Amino acid sequence: MKTSVFLGTVAAATLMAGAGMADTLADVKARGELNCGVNTGLVGFAAPDANGNWTGFDVDICKAVAAAVLGDASKVKYVPTTGQTRFTALSSGEVDLLARNSTWTFSRDTDLKLDFIGVNYYDGQGFMVRKDLGVTSAKELEGATVCIQTGTTTELNLADYFKANNMTYQPVNIDSNAEGEQQYMAGACDAYTTDASGLAATRAAFADPENHIILPEIISKEPLGPAVRHGDNNWGDIVRWTLYALIAAEEYGITSANIEELTSSSQNPEVQRLLGVTDDLGAMIGLDKEWAKRAIMASGNYGEIFAANIGEQTPIGLARGLNAQWTQGGLMYAMPFR
Amino acid sequence: MLIYDRRYRSMTFQVIVFILVMALAWWLVNNTIRNLAALGKDFNFGFLWQRAGYDIPQTPIPYTSDDTHLRAAFVGLLNTLIVSILGCIAATFVGIVAGVARLSNNWLIARLMTVYVEAFRNVPLLLWILIVFAVFTEVMPPPNAFRGDDPAASMILFDHVALTNRYTAIPTLAMTNDPGSLDLGARITFNWATIAFVVVLIAGWIARRMIRDWAQRVQDQTGGRPTTWWMSLAVMTVPSLLLILYFGLHFETPELRGFNFSGGINVQNGLVALWLALTLYTGAFIAEIVRAGILAVNRGQSEAAFALGLRPRRTMSLVILPQALRVIIPPLISQYLNLMKNSSLAIAVGYMDIKGTLGGTTLNQTGRELESIVLMMGVYLVLSLIISAGMNLFNARVKLKER
Repeated sequence: MKTSVFLGTVAAATLMAGAGMADTLADVKARGELNCGVNTGLVGFAAPDANGNWTGFDVDICKAVAAAVLGDASKVKYVPTTGQTRFTALSSGEVDLLARNSTWTFSRDTDLKLDFIGVNYYDGQGFMVRKDLGVTSAKELEGATVCIQTGTTTELNLADYFKANNMTYQPVNIDSNAEGEQQYMAGACDAYTTDASGLAATRAAFADPENHIILPEIISKEPLGPAVRHGDNNWGDIVRWTLYALIAAEEYGITSANIEELTSSSQNPEVQRLLGVTDDLGAMIGLDKEWAKRAIMASGNYGEIFAANIGEQTPIGLARGLNAQWTQGGLMYAMPFR
Repeated sequence: MLIYDRRYRSMTFQVIVFILVMALAWWLVNNTIRNLAALGKDFNFGFLWQRAGYDIPQTPIPYTSDDTHLRAAFVGLLNTLIVSILGCIAATFVGIVAGVARLSNNWLIARLMTVYVEAFRNVPLLLWILIVFAVFTEVMPPPNAFRGDDPAASMILFDHVALTNRYTAIPTLAMTNDPGSLDLGARITFNWATIAFVVVLIAGWIARRMIRDWAQRVQDQTGGRPTTWWMSLAVMTVPSLLLILYFGLHFETPELRGFNFSGGINVQNGLVALWLALTLYTGAFIAEIVRAGILAVNRGQSEAAFALGLRPRRTMSLVILPQALRVIIPPLISQYLNLMKNSSLAIAVGYMDIKGTLGGTTLNQTGRELESIVLMMGVYLVLSLIISAGMNLFNARVKLKER
């Protein structure tokens, strides 16, 4: 029995570890489809709509990469991943790219052998409570029951925050955002904690969003970004510069509406390089000249993607804040296309 | 020819198959090591000594987020054991009652038990766990409802127990004359009072047996059996009562302070839901095993017992069950093993067992999938073997002894 159990483990592990060392770009092209790991359902970031089409802020990253690499933004297979399964899905080769509001941390970047290719949303961890609880600050949560998703950085931040403030709490461990929502709504926890953007998105889905408040304390830095496997640098470059192309496009005023016009008429050398009018930057990463143009056309530039999915005009209503362009006092800063 | 020699032929085939199996094992191990190396991962249990950094809702031994992953895994293991042991005890009780009742001559009771057994046997356990948990979270009032002069909810059992949608707050035992604790190191302690009670109870049980043996001897010699019930009762209860008086043992009732009840023990709904679902689910299987065991005893046995004038209850306990146990025990072992392994569904209701700590958060925070899973499989394997060994010892005692 002992041997057979061991063999089973090893076989499973072998299957998991087997894939993933090859050339991801060639694999994706041969497959004709990009496997993109997304959230199992977080409105605004990644969630299937009534027709089963995935939409959201993270989903648009997948679309931009698919457009840049395959020339078609719809050639994406969305793989829903939980907080627990996401990194295994990436390192085992089940997905080519993980765009799933995941925090860039030291140990994930090094020990888990991931490469975070940039930040598409600067976030921080917050708390949501019912208004009638009368709590106005996270410092008043002494003894509270807090719902927390297991396997996330927020779980560790929560422990650190309460310890640092010499407070106690009762954790309620949950597996997904949907489960957290259900537990919180049933009153099984006093507070729900996750990234502030996630709280806003969760609250937007409530029937009575006005009865819940997000406490002012932001207890951690949560730079969320897409990640790829460590070791395939060219694929990392493609995803990194696709994200930069979206950010740069906003900086230069390239939108999905005026991109054709700018391609033919713009005299700005930066814009010309980005859109592949003059230099052939695409060849340097194994793509064609118009890769960035297609990425931008998929769902618009970074600002458009933000506004359409999570911006102030949407039910989620997030302000740009730290995520504004560096020229607007934010942290979004694309490296030069040269 | 050698091929026609049966002994030689069977040996040859065994050797060939053995070599093939070993070759397959070597290939799998080698493949894993090479692939792990290619991914830049090593096989290393060093992470167990790193700081865990996360909190666990139910900690049978002291644990904080500053402790190591190893201690977190140990806390998880204890939680697994708690729910498994409680589940095994309750499932055995439910199973015996339901199994016997299903054979009852009372039409209604027998049919009700059939419905129970079929309903729980034929619906996946995970669904039962989720349903029981959903009932607790959706139906029970939040702790807040107990607040105020005219609360929406009130505590039951003379204001001692509060059923909430988070936990069941039950009174805890407190002592006015606390003797302190025995320190086993690694911040694991046993209260001396607990040890004293265990010792007194075991001594009482032994004394009771000695009294019984003495009564038997007297009966054998003189034919008259002395009245012993009051002696047995006294040795079983008086020392414990004296200890209770000495330590000043009393209940401390939970009170609503701040967000939650404190002062008592808050039994997580995850534990209650998991325990209840495991009990009812496994109990249904045990009921069938018990029924099969009873039916396996020849009808002549009960008829003979009735003819001797034994009443139905005495017939069941003295004649039928002892014989049925021989049939019941072996499959019962499997059910206990199943229950223990099924408890790994705990994470569905947020109960942090070893799958939740070592195989959940630790695995996720450290990214050591293979190590965690291998370790966890080893733990379950060892637990299963221990349960098997214990039950096999019991089986050896009750099985048919041929002399």
